[in-house]
Amino acid sequence: MTAISDRDQLSYIAAQAADARVNVELETEGMTLNIGPQHPATHGTLRIVAKLDGEQVIAADPIMGYMHRGYEKLAEVRTYPQVTTLINRIDWVGSFANEVPFVLAAEKLMEVEAPPRAAWIRTILFEMSRIANISLFLGDMGLQVGAVTPAFFAFRDREHVLNQIEAATGGRFHPNFDRIGGLKDDLPAGWITETKRAMKKMRNFCDEIEGLLQGNEIFEARCRGIGVIPADVGLSYGLSGANIRASGVDWDTRRDNPCGLVHNELDWKVWTHPDGDSFARFWVRLQEVRESTKMVDQLCDGLPSGPVMAKVPRIIKVPAGEAYVETENPLGVMGYYVVSKGDLTPYRVKIRSASFNNISITPWLLKGVYVPDIVTILGSLYFILGDIDR
Amino acid sequence: MSSTETPTEDEVVAEPDEAREALLASIQTELGDAVVGTHLVPGDDLWVRVTRDAWVAAGEYLHTGLGFQYFNFLSAIDWKPSPFGRDMDAQVDVSLAAAADPQADTDPADADDGMEQGVAGGETRFQVFARVNDIVNGLGVTLKADLPDEDLVIDSWVPVYAGANWHEREAWEMYGISFNGHPGLRHIYLPSDFEGNPLRKDYPLLSRRMKPWPGIVDVEQMPGDDDPADAAETTEAAE
Repeated sequence: MTAISDRDQLSYIAAQAADARVNVELETEGMTLNIGPQHPATHGTLRIVAKLDGEQVIAADPIMGYMHRGYEKLAEVRTYPQVTTLINRIDWVGSFANEVPFVLAAEKLMEVEAPPRAAWIRTILFEMSRIANISLFLGDMGLQVGAVTPAFFAFRDREHVLNQIEAATGGRFHPNFDRIGGLKDDLPAGWITETKRAMKKMRNFCDEIEGLLQGNEIFEARCRGIGVIPADVGLSYGLSGANIRASGVDWDTRRDNPCGLVHNELDWKVWTHPDGDSFARFWVRLQEVRESTKMVDQLCDGLPSGPVMAKVPRIIKVPAGEAYVETENPLGVMGYYVVSKGDLTPYRVKIRSASFNNISITPWLLKGVYVPDIVTILGSLYFILGDIDR
Repeated sequence: MSSTETPTEDEVVAEPDEAREALLASIQTELGDAVVGTHLVPGDDLWVRVTRDAWVAAGEYLHTGLGFQYFNFLSAIDWKPSPFGRDMDAQVDVSLAAAADPQADTDPADADDGMEQGVAGGETRFQVFARVNDIVNGLGVTLKADLPDEDLVIDSWVPVYAGANWHEREAWEMYGISFNGHPGLRHIYLPSDFEGNPLRKDYPLLSRRMKPWPGIVDVEQMPGDDDPADAAETTEAAE
């Protein structure tokens, strides 16, 4: 009697357990989802192979190299002034900022210093390329969650900044304006007033974006608490820029290690956010654009007079040595490790680009997230493929 | 985050660089004989060359002992000058080309096959270097390690700095350097069936072989301009 009831009970338990297993963890077959290489969230051709269990990502493997151009090899056969043409194309949305650390590294090895006016104009254009770059992000971030309007606003208003960059340098996207020892040219007449007007427009743009996205229920639901990066993980992966500041790390190369640029003479603030999620990254970038517009205004007011080019030889030979210079570029810290052997060409140029480090966290970060969140996380990390592949 | 022996923030202007000297001293006490070369530029930067065996120990000490939690980058250098000449468009061996045409190469140091390692010295052809930062005190250190030609292997930094993963894949692909204990050394930029290590100096730049760089061909000697290098010393910037 007892034996039978025991057996009944056991089979009952087994049946219940089997049911529960089916109900709780539906036996789903693993699926591999290929995202990209062509996807609007990737700003270029990044491919992500995600292994899914239902809607959840169990492993994500970014595959890049579709745009690898071998700049480190090519830089070894270009003279120093020629290299800036190449590195313009690394982060093509904020091109001018790419040139700055390389030129500063070469100047450091040559022990040349750009005249004050050149340093100030460099800083103006550096910050303007940040505004052009990040305003694209601000519009794009809306696009990632299905809001199309911010993207149009971004493309419309970014034009004000690009026009000013074009007016000063002659190039909308690839200025190639930096020279070792200074700048190619001085600013055109009337540029300062026009730039201040553009900065005012960009501040309006920030308010518009804030009104459109921040507080929007869908946007908040898709971004808050998604893709959280703790500060220590971010540091060990070498994240930089707004990505690490959104995790509460108060670190900005512009303030902490100003090398050749004049950010320390300005009144501005480094914004951080404690949350470390997609929303925090969006929010920090939004504040950074505002801060940059204020910086440009101050720079325009305090612009010193004088030459824009130091005295450098016509044919540039850089003395033997090694130098590493990094600046806070729109996408994060960008640095060039230049090894010179006293020649016309660099012996080795290691390009430390921000996006390569920023995106190397994705296998860790995408583990366990749901498929729709992949897009917002990638969008909020904000990378440019040229900056990864180099 | 930072250790007690790292001094205040105003080291950038201090003329004898106390912060970096203290840092260097603590690295030297911790690692002892493993530190084989150092280079300190006051107020600017610090290079430390360690032995291959102490590579991970140095990383661990910097990470946990000294608060260098920020991983910046990792890469490698090939110190052997290219056999194809500075512009990599030589069709023949560079030593022969230099003998035939003395003007082909402006720097004789390029032509001899002696290697000249950079700051903090070095003995071998391949050198791995990495940079880490202490973001609290605003300090950065570049670590270097020599690798013998016959055994291009070094221990992986991935257990110490997770971000080293992709950088080591890149160094493996570009220089053929293996990393012990790396979770998956696969190609990162190049196709998976790619042969060769493109950033090695003896890897030819094929486009230059086929078509010489137009910049070299186009330069015409100005009348009265005997040696362009000499003219460079005296001429001021045109702008």
